[in-house]
Amino acid sequence: MKKILGDKWNLVIFMGPALLVYIGIILIPFFLSFYYSLTDWNGISRQINFVGFENFIRIFTNDPQFSTSFWFSTKLSIIVVVLTNILGFTFAYLLVQPLKLRNLWRTIFFLPNVLGGLILGFIWQFVFRQGFAAIGELTNIPFFQLYWLSTPNTAFWGIVIVSVWQGVGYVMIIYIAGLINIPKDYIEAARVDGASGMYMLKRIIFPLIMPAITVCLFWSINMTYKIFDLNYSLTGGGPYKSSESVALNIYFEAYQNFNYGIGSAKAIVFLLIVAIITGIQVYMTKKKEVRM
Amino acid sequence: MFGKISKIKLFSIECILFLCAILFFVPFYFVVVNSFKGLDEVLRNTAALPERLTLENFRTAWSQLDFFKVLLNTSIITLFSNIGVIIISSMAAYWMVRKRTKFTAIVFVMFVCSMVIPFQSIMIPIVQVIRNIGLMNTHAGLILTYIGLACAFSTFLFHGFIRSIPEEIEEAALIDGCSRIGVFWRIVFPMLIPIISTVLILNTFWFWNDFQVQLLLLHSSELHTIQLAINSLFGEHVMRWELALPALMMGTLPAIIVFLLLQKYIIAGVASGGIKG
Repeated sequence: MKKILGDKWNLVIFMGPALLVYIGIILIPFFLSFYYSLTDWNGISRQINFVGFENFIRIFTNDPQFSTSFWFSTKLSIIVVVLTNILGFTFAYLLVQPLKLRNLWRTIFFLPNVLGGLILGFIWQFVFRQGFAAIGELTNIPFFQLYWLSTPNTAFWGIVIVSVWQGVGYVMIIYIAGLINIPKDYIEAARVDGASGMYMLKRIIFPLIMPAITVCLFWSINMTYKIFDLNYSLTGGGPYKSSESVALNIYFEAYQNFNYGIGSAKAIVFLLIVAIITGIQVYMTKKKEVRM
Repeated sequence: MFGKISKIKLFSIECILFLCAILFFVPFYFVVVNSFKGLDEVLRNTAALPERLTLENFRTAWSQLDFFKVLLNTSIITLFSNIGVIIISSMAAYWMVRKRTKFTAIVFVMFVCSMVIPFQSIMIPIVQVIRNIGLMNTHAGLILTYIGLACAFSTFLFHGFIRSIPEEIEEAALIDGCSRIGVFWRIVFPMLIPIISTVLILNTFWFWNDFQVQLLLLHSSELHTIQLAINSLFGEHVMRWELALPALMMGTLPAIIVFLLLQKYIIAGVASGGIKG
């Protein structure tokens, strides 16, 4: 009897605090988000009217900016995820060779990742505005003479450049860990059988580092699809709201337009889409993993 | 790795990486050299080294940012959020591993599922919750939010690690009359050091560098963190680069220094956190 009672106490002591903050910060807000999305609340007034699915209908039929933002975030994610992973894997593949300076290179490629998106965005604002202009004057290369942050197309690619620059180091580290863990005899056996170059990469190395690929894709999709800080400081969504990510769009809807109801409806749609995308991705790559 | 590779090939790889490293370094170069210049020199001669070295810009930026205060604020927030997350997540994970019941299994699944929820999907109500418990615009409110946002993933990492710890020693101690809490703190917790360092590293960079949560929860300038102070500096002095650049450099230095000092552990932490995630 005493033992059972003791267990109840222990349950409260061990799980209580975690459950409490989890319920307060994740669970309650999660359900409140659904509730707000069905109302016309502006965040301040005491009057909250239930409006059914009106907010959702409005988002899909009468809010061109939201679809612009979705398209922007989706396009950005696809390009950034592909580039980051190709470049990160290439660096990792080169860095597992017996190079003299490999720790130095690894440090340099990882460095942007230890800084926050907000600061990186401001740093690159300076690089795009002043730095590139200076290089353009010295070299006359057209690439550096563009007004990077002033046209929609270049602003988009500006965010791509900075995101890839920031993310490569992180996926590189995970790919290195994956490559190092491949048992040497697998590689040797394949080599004896005559595998080399692309064949080795496609048939031996990629399948064996599939868990690392799963993690890196998951991480980079999440990182880019939810981009806020970097977007906020580098372009602020401009020019003409062309580079406004979904996260930024939701933020502006709630805290500049004071439409908590519509903002919450957008948040719910965003949640569903993120869940579906990451679900599909994890399912697809997990399926390809092989057991060692 | 992957078979023998000729010296020439290795050398050319080093050269390629050298070029990439220079490209990676360009933004830092621009910030560092220009943070010593006056505004006209910045605009006139962006790519060149500064004509003279003076710390004048840094002195101005330091007082504009109130740098000591924001550094202290950021440190307090990061420190207490970390302590909170580590204590509550490790304890919860321990209980979930050792007492497998329907209840703990459901909680674990809920924790894992909530890891895909984007912050933006729950940020509006989070602000309301924090406001309603009277912690709006306080460090405590921000710390509590960070703990809540980080606890699911941290518990997940602890869970995976504790599963690999054999139970025998604990059972012996329990039979000897040691309480569960005693067992946890004296025997289990010290064995968690490797995973604690992973959790600590991943969360520290997040709390330190995050801007969005802070933007929503802290308003008064006395409470400002590095990120918020830099943001308001940019808002007030648009294009005053001679002020902004030293501020940016000061804002990045703490993280860069910590990274360079603890590189080995940080990279190991990222690698193991990634693999388990």
